[in-house]
Amino acid sequence: MAENTVILDGTGVKRALTRIAHEVLEKNKGVEGLVLVGIRTGGVYLAQELAARLNEIEGVEVPVGAVDITMYRDDIKGHAEHLPVGKTDLPFSVEGKRVVLVDDVLFTGRTIRAAMDAIFDQGRPATIQLAVLVDRGHRDLPIRADFVGRNVPTSRSENIMVAFDAKNQPTEVILQK
Amino acid sequence: MGFRHKDIIALKDLTKEEIQLLLDTADSLNEINQRDIKKVPTLRGKTVINLFYEASTRTRTSFEIAAKRLSADTVNITASTSSVVKGETLSDTALNILAMKPDIIVMRHAVSGAHEYLAKRVSCSVINAGDGAHEHPSQGLLDMLTMRQKFGRLDGLKVAIVGDITHSRVARSNIYGLTTMGSQVFLAGPPTMMPIGIERLGNVTVCKDMREAVDQADVVMMLRIQLERQGKTLVPSMREYSRYFGLNPDMLSLAKKDAMVMHPGPINRGVELSSSVADCDQSYILQQVENGVAVRMSMLYHVCGGEPVE
Repeated sequence: MAENTVILDGTGVKRALTRIAHEVLEKNKGVEGLVLVGIRTGGVYLAQELAARLNEIEGVEVPVGAVDITMYRDDIKGHAEHLPVGKTDLPFSVEGKRVVLVDDVLFTGRTIRAAMDAIFDQGRPATIQLAVLVDRGHRDLPIRADFVGRNVPTSRSENIMVAFDAKNQPTEVILQK
Repeated sequence: MGFRHKDIIALKDLTKEEIQLLLDTADSLNEINQRDIKKVPTLRGKTVINLFYEASTRTRTSFEIAAKRLSADTVNITASTSSVVKGETLSDTALNILAMKPDIIVMRHAVSGAHEYLAKRVSCSVINAGDGAHEHPSQGLLDMLTMRQKFGRLDGLKVAIVGDITHSRVARSNIYGLTTMGSQVFLAGPPTMMPIGIERLGNVTVCKDMREAVDQADVVMMLRIQLERQGKTLVPSMREYSRYFGLNPDMLSLAKKDAMVMHPGPINRGVELSSSVADCDQSYILQQVENGVAVRMSMLYHVCGGEPVE
């Protein structure tokens, strides 16, 4: 039977995002040239949350884009189930920008590799930094996050879920055993 | 929900969910065609063979561009310059191509059912780029995508299809696809070009008078009179055909105000479509061609398989 443990509740998620927002500002010394790019779908909602916080702190609208990594995956094979391909929507040029890539859960790192390829297909950013709500370990690739909401040690068989409400606000992070 | 077919031969074989998935994917992939660098690595290392037994510019080019934007390698074989002219059978040609390990064969053939025959004999995927008077699924899908972009739905649309229905694979694919998606299809054309019993295909109405089909239609789809084939023997004269079954501004005024004019191309200007209608604001003919690339990318991607990522 699946057993669920709540790792972060709504307040916890909000605090983590607020801290990440401050860390992003500290590391980049402001919002100059900064853009947020969320990975569909969870990462996009979190990027929007992060942008709202940056606006509260600095009073500047940081542009938010979305990448869909389906077409950049390294595991297309067989005739198995298919997810519909989402839209990549970068309403700005990434050329020379400081890109903060946002995802909900960092696991093998393959998604991040794919997202970086997707971004590089559209231009050459100055830097790419990575912000995730949860880092659960088990990396297959040499990738690390610059900003982490919570480190959660897991086994590979467990599952981490970030839940969102109808308004796409993150409500909680759950560990499924 | 997934796409579990090795081949795409006919829209008749696809469910509503599968057509929806192909269209949704195409909608997303359209974005790649707007980029500066129009390429994604998805089908890197896959080989797509375009095997064309009939003349085609649009469809072949569109499939080739679609494959290349997904990073697949493409090879074009045109029957008139291949060993087909030396008398090789379709089965032998296919087995020889298969020995070179392609992943997808995109074929156009003059004989209805040639693709089903081929698909049973090869292990790679087969995509139908038009077979005889049977089906032309990629055209049907791109037509539906163009309609869906404008109206946001296919359910409940009134679509008039006018012309040589008997010999039109475009009409057949649209009829199967549109009726599956819940649209109402009205057909009009000379009796010599209307297959008997076509109304039994589902939500299809046959009209004797073109005005009846076009009346309050959301979409008016004109078919090309195939001058190189049957066109000449089935109607008394092109002038008479054009008078009764051509789309001119007067005829178009019977349709809904924002009705779309569509045509699979190439157009015979002044025959099935007057020049002023072909170039008017309501004409979506070039939009259809644009969507063709995205739809074909979606088809190539889905027959190649894949699975959801965490």
